[in-house]
Amino acid sequence: MADLKIGGLHKYYGSLHVVKGIDLEIPEGEFTVLVGQSGCGKSTLLRTIAGLETADKGSIEIGGQRVNDLPPKDRDIAMVFQNYALYPYMRIYDNIAFGLRARKTPASEIDGKVKAAAKMLAIEHLLDRYPRQLSGGQLQRVAIGRAVVRNARLYLFDEPLSNLDAQLREEMRGEIKRLHQELGKTMIYVTHDQIEAMTMADRIVLLREGVIEQQGAPLDLYERPATRYVAGFLGSPTMNFIPAVIILNGMKLSVRLGDGTALEIPSSRSGGLGPWQGKPLLLGVRPEHLSRATGELRPGAATCDTKVDLVQPTGSRTYATLNVGGTQVVAEMQAHDVSAPGERVTLAIDMNRMILVDTATDKVISS
Amino acid sequence: MKLALRLAAAVLVTLFFLFPIYWLFMISLKTADEIYSYPPVWWPETFQFGNYVVLFKDGDAKTVWNSLVVASASTVLAMFLGTICAYSIARFRTGGEHLANWIISQRMVPPITVVFPIFLLYVFFGLVDTYIGLILLYTAFNLPYVIWMMRGYILDIPIALEESALVDGCSRWQVLWKVVFPMCRAGLFATAIFTFVFAWNDFIFALVLTRTEVTTYTVQVTHYFGSQSNFWAKISAMSVLGTLPVFIVVGFMQRYLVRGISMGAVKG
Repeated sequence: MADLKIGGLHKYYGSLHVVKGIDLEIPEGEFTVLVGQSGCGKSTLLRTIAGLETADKGSIEIGGQRVNDLPPKDRDIAMVFQNYALYPYMRIYDNIAFGLRARKTPASEIDGKVKAAAKMLAIEHLLDRYPRQLSGGQLQRVAIGRAVVRNARLYLFDEPLSNLDAQLREEMRGEIKRLHQELGKTMIYVTHDQIEAMTMADRIVLLREGVIEQQGAPLDLYERPATRYVAGFLGSPTMNFIPAVIILNGMKLSVRLGDGTALEIPSSRSGGLGPWQGKPLLLGVRPEHLSRATGELRPGAATCDTKVDLVQPTGSRTYATLNVGGTQVVAEMQAHDVSAPGERVTLAIDMNRMILVDTATDKVISS
Repeated sequence: MKLALRLAAAVLVTLFFLFPIYWLFMISLKTADEIYSYPPVWWPETFQFGNYVVLFKDGDAKTVWNSLVVASASTVLAMFLGTICAYSIARFRTGGEHLANWIISQRMVPPITVVFPIFLLYVFFGLVDTYIGLILLYTAFNLPYVIWMMRGYILDIPIALEESALVDGCSRWQVLWKVVFPMCRAGLFATAIFTFVFAWNDFIFALVLTRTEVTTYTVQVTHYFGSQSNFWAKISAMSVLGTLPVFIVVGFMQRYLVRGISMGAVKG
């Protein structure tokens, strides 16, 4: 059964149409990540679910009950905010206990619950302090603790990690995911960071300009994006797009690039592509599917000769920028596969993993 | 050396500002002879409290009580009404963009221009020379100031704190009580002090709108200026009585006063 059901939701800020008809069902216990660029409506959607914004059109149901007209306090939700939202004049203990007290939980239960939540988040030693005495990471733990202690039906996270530095963010990502596994609660998490979305989500809902562009399991979206936008949004470095047309090369279909390079499409991928011959398309290839051709080629790989323009080693991998078919592309190579700009290499392109995008609609026609 | 100079300058300036207060206290403790003696008596031989005793015996001291009643009651009322108005304007944009500016402009009206129309109204409603009349007037006159100041303090509170409380189970009233008030406590006290002091120091409204029953101390002081002679002893003793409550209030709330004023109160 869907724990949260949203139907035809619209939200306006004055004349600005922010959420444009969203339908979404989230099953109980799922960790859903709403992701998209700033201004795509993800935070507004979350705040409307919380009741901090009113829906202009459409319905929101939590646990089968329509909540459109309920104030936030009656929706049985807990929320973690980007700026922690801790009360500076209260000790950490009282901050965590705030929601329990507001809901008239018996005092005898409060102490046990606060301590259990503190233990779960390893902040027991901070309970007597004030927020100003804590570091950013500790503050965010407390903010999460304040939500966890509530035992709510639905947990909402509004970019909770974006104020933390990279290392801490990575650590907290794991913490929140572990928390979800332990509690098994329905959680909705908003972020603009595609890595957070990929690593944490059971399901990603990718929003663009107020509508859902695509939703599904992280790897489904990554491997089978429905549009050019999704393909480009997920993955870092981002997917390479090279202008191309499909041509019939003997008996086999090939992709021809701007400079005449022809890349053969493996037969397993050529089904249904016939009608697209001659139409302007984009060939989408992820950096990790470009490698230096050495020895025997893997089946489905096509090659082209090119020159390295830029080399960026990261340690484990090296990003090389090269020219393929007149377009700059990034290849994720083994650390020592390329050494210096100007080097001539033969590039192997894994055509089993490529996608083709119709430039007229930006939809993926083959993935 | 430099420090010593600065210290000396500070002491001089302080003495300069404290002198009138010192002189006021001294006069109130002197005998009539000492008051008029030349050269002036800087420190009376014995402190005598006769001037105060007279004020209490004649019942004049009750005017301080009257001031206290109207100033306190109007401060409480103005703070309560003003703060919830300010919250509404700050958080729900009640009245559109310019309501706050319109409200503060009310405060800029010179009291003298409205006091006579108000007097006529008060005669009609039977409010002249009553506590309620003065309390209502001071409340109305202070509201714009309270609304303007509190709006600034409330806008400074991160809205996520309130939203978090709403999600955690609070109603709007509870949010006001548990989040907004504690968050702008210093601002509340600072604003309350100024509101109180305005009502406490008012002369023109009290002069026109009171007769005998609720005369405030500021009006009472003028009664001691005669055409033949001035009763300096009574004037000074009454002035001291009028000064003490403000000293006490400010003394207790100094902590909040400084923080409140420096809290970014003025916000467009």
